[in-house]
Amino acid sequence: MLRFLVGRAVLLVPTFVGLTLLTFVLVRLIPGDPIETMAGERGIDPARHAELLHQYGFDKPLLVQYGIYIGRVLHGDLGLSIVTQKPVLHEFMALFPATVELSVAAVIFAVVLGLTAGIIAAVWRNSIFDHGVMTLSLTGYSMPIFWWGLLLILLFANVVNWAPVSGQVAIQYYVEPVTGFLMIDSLLANDTAAFRSTLAHLVLPMIVLGTQPLAIIARMTRSAMLEVLGEDYIRTARAKGMSPLRVVGLHALRNALIPVVTVIGLQIGVLFTGAMLTETIFSWPGVGKWLVEAIGRRDYPVLQGGVLILGSIVMAVNLAVDLTYGLVNPRIRHAR
Amino acid sequence: MTAHSSVETADAAPHPLRAFWHSFSASNGALAGLGVVCSIALLAVFADVVAPHSPYATDSQAFLRPPFWEEGGSLVYPLGTDAIGRDMLSRLLHGARLSLLIGVVVVAISLAAGVLLGLVCGFLRGAVETVVMRVMDILLTLPSLLLAIVIVAILGPGMMNAILAVTVVVLPHYVRITRAAVIAELSKDYVVASRVNGAGTLRLMFSAVLPNCAAPLIVQASLGISTAILDAAALGFLGLGAQAPLPEWGTMLADSREFVMRAWWVVTLPGLMILATVMAFNLLGDGLRDALDPKLKRQ
Repeated sequence: MLRFLVGRAVLLVPTFVGLTLLTFVLVRLIPGDPIETMAGERGIDPARHAELLHQYGFDKPLLVQYGIYIGRVLHGDLGLSIVTQKPVLHEFMALFPATVELSVAAVIFAVVLGLTAGIIAAVWRNSIFDHGVMTLSLTGYSMPIFWWGLLLILLFANVVNWAPVSGQVAIQYYVEPVTGFLMIDSLLANDTAAFRSTLAHLVLPMIVLGTQPLAIIARMTRSAMLEVLGEDYIRTARAKGMSPLRVVGLHALRNALIPVVTVIGLQIGVLFTGAMLTETIFSWPGVGKWLVEAIGRRDYPVLQGGVLILGSIVMAVNLAVDLTYGLVNPRIRHAR
Repeated sequence: MTAHSSVETADAAPHPLRAFWHSFSASNGALAGLGVVCSIALLAVFADVVAPHSPYATDSQAFLRPPFWEEGGSLVYPLGTDAIGRDMLSRLLHGARLSLLIGVVVVAISLAAGVLLGLVCGFLRGAVETVVMRVMDILLTLPSLLLAIVIVAILGPGMMNAILAVTVVVLPHYVRITRAAVIAELSKDYVVASRVNGAGTLRLMFSAVLPNCAAPLIVQASLGISTAILDAAALGFLGLGAQAPLPEWGTMLADSREFVMRAWWVVTLPGLMILATVMAFNLLGDGLRDALDPKLKRQ
C-alpha cells in the first residue's frame, strides 16, 4: 500500500519539473527579452535595460536562470504583476476563493442532477426519460459554454428577471474579508441580505460552469449503473424479494459510484477551463477572469504564475483521485 | 462497384465496408450526425454560391436588422444583419468554411504527428518513450484552454496560431492511443512472422502495424474535430483566435456580446451553428466508435 502511495507521488516530480520548464520557457519564447516585455510599449533606455537585465539575472546562463527560477518558485515567489506591481501569489490567493466558490457550487449542481438523471435513465432504460437524458447530455457535452452563458444573460436580463447576470454580489454590500470566501464571510458578518445577494449571483454562473460536468456525469452514471444492474448479485437481490428501491439505492449505486467518483474528480481540468470563460462572461472576480485579462494586458508574470499554480492544483487533485481510486478498488493497486 | 461474383455464397463474410455500414447505419444518431456534417460541409464548400451577400460587405442603411420573420426584417437579409450591416446568413455560411477548415487541419496535423510519435515510442521504447510520454503527460495536466492560451500568448493571436495551439492541446491523445495500440500489436504473431520474413522497422511500422491500429484513431479523429472546433471558437471568443473581420463563429460571438440586450440574433445564431456542428461530429464519432470498435461500445 505504502509503495503504491509513494510510487504515485514520485511520478509527480518529473511532471512538476516539466511544468516549471514550460512556464519558464513561456516568458523567454515571447519575442524580446523579459525586461522589454515588462517595460511594455513605453520602451526603456539602454543603460537602465542593461542594469535591470543584470539585476534580475537575465544575463546569466539559461540553466542558472532556471535554477534561480525553481528556487524562487519553491519559496512561493512568483514575481510581480506588471500592471499592479503586486506579488502574483497574493493576487492569486485573493481571487482564488471566488473561483473555488463558483467551482464547488457547479460541482454540487452537476453531481446532484447528474447522478439523479443517470440513475433514473438507467433504471428506466429506453424510456422517453432515458432518451431525453441522453439527448440533453449530448447537447450539454457539445455546448460552447461561452454561448450558453450569453443565452442565459439574454433570457434573464430581457425576458425574466429572476437572477442577476453580472458580478459576485450586489454593489451596495460590503463584506469584510475574513476567509476570502464571500459566502462564508457574509454569514460570519451576520449579513443575511448580502448572503442572499451572493446566492442569487451564483445561480447563473453555476449553471453555465456545471453544464459540461453535468452532461459527463449523467452519461457515466447511466452506463455504470447499466453495467452493475446486469450483474448476478443484483438478480439475486431481486430474487430474494428486496424492494426495487433498496436494490438500486443500496446494492447497485454503491458499486456504480466507483467509476463515477473518478470521473467527477477528473473534471477539475474541465472546470478550470470553463471557469476562464464563465468568469469572463459573468464578470465573476476569480482567477479565470484574471488570467484572461492578463493576456490582454500582456501581463506575463501573472500568466506564468497562474499557469504554474493551476497546473499544480490539477496535478494534486488528479493524484488524490488516483489514490482514492486505488484505496476503493484494490485491483488498481496491485495491477501497477 | 463491380458485380458480385457468382462464387460468392450466402454465408461468405460480407465485405468489411458493407459490415461497417450495416452496423453504422443501425444507429439513428450516427446517421443524423453524418447528415448534418455532410450538409454543413456542402454549405461550406458552396458558400460563395449559396450566400446572398459577401460576408464582408457592409450596408450602412441596415444596422442590426432583425431576421425576416420579425417586425422590420426583410428577405434581403434573411437572418438579419450585424452591428455594421453585414448579412448574418452569409457570414454564418462562410464561418462554416473556417470552422470546418480549423477542425480538419487541427486533426490532420495532430493525427500525423501523433501517429508518428506514437509509432516511434511503441517501437523504440526506452528513453525516447519515457521522454515523449512525460511531455505528453505535462500537456495533459494543464486545462486544455489554459494551455492553448499559453501557446497563443507566445505566438500572438490569429487563426493560424490558434490552429497550432489547439493542435498541440489535442496531440497527446493521438500519441497515447497509437502507442498503446502499437505495443499491443507488436506482441502478436503476424508481426513476429513479418519480422522473421525480414521486414524492416519502417515496413513493420507503416505496412503491418499501423493499419491494425486504425480503428481507435479514426474514432478519435472524428471526436477530435468537435473538440478542435469548440476550442478554436473559445479562443476566438476570447479575442485570441481568428481576428475581427473574419466570420469565424467564436469571433462573431465576441463581437456581438455588447448587443446581447438589443439584438438576440447576432448572439444566438453563431452559437447555434457551433452547437449543431459540434453535436453532429460527436454523434458521428460515437457512431464510428460503435461500428469500428465494439470493445469501446458505449452502453
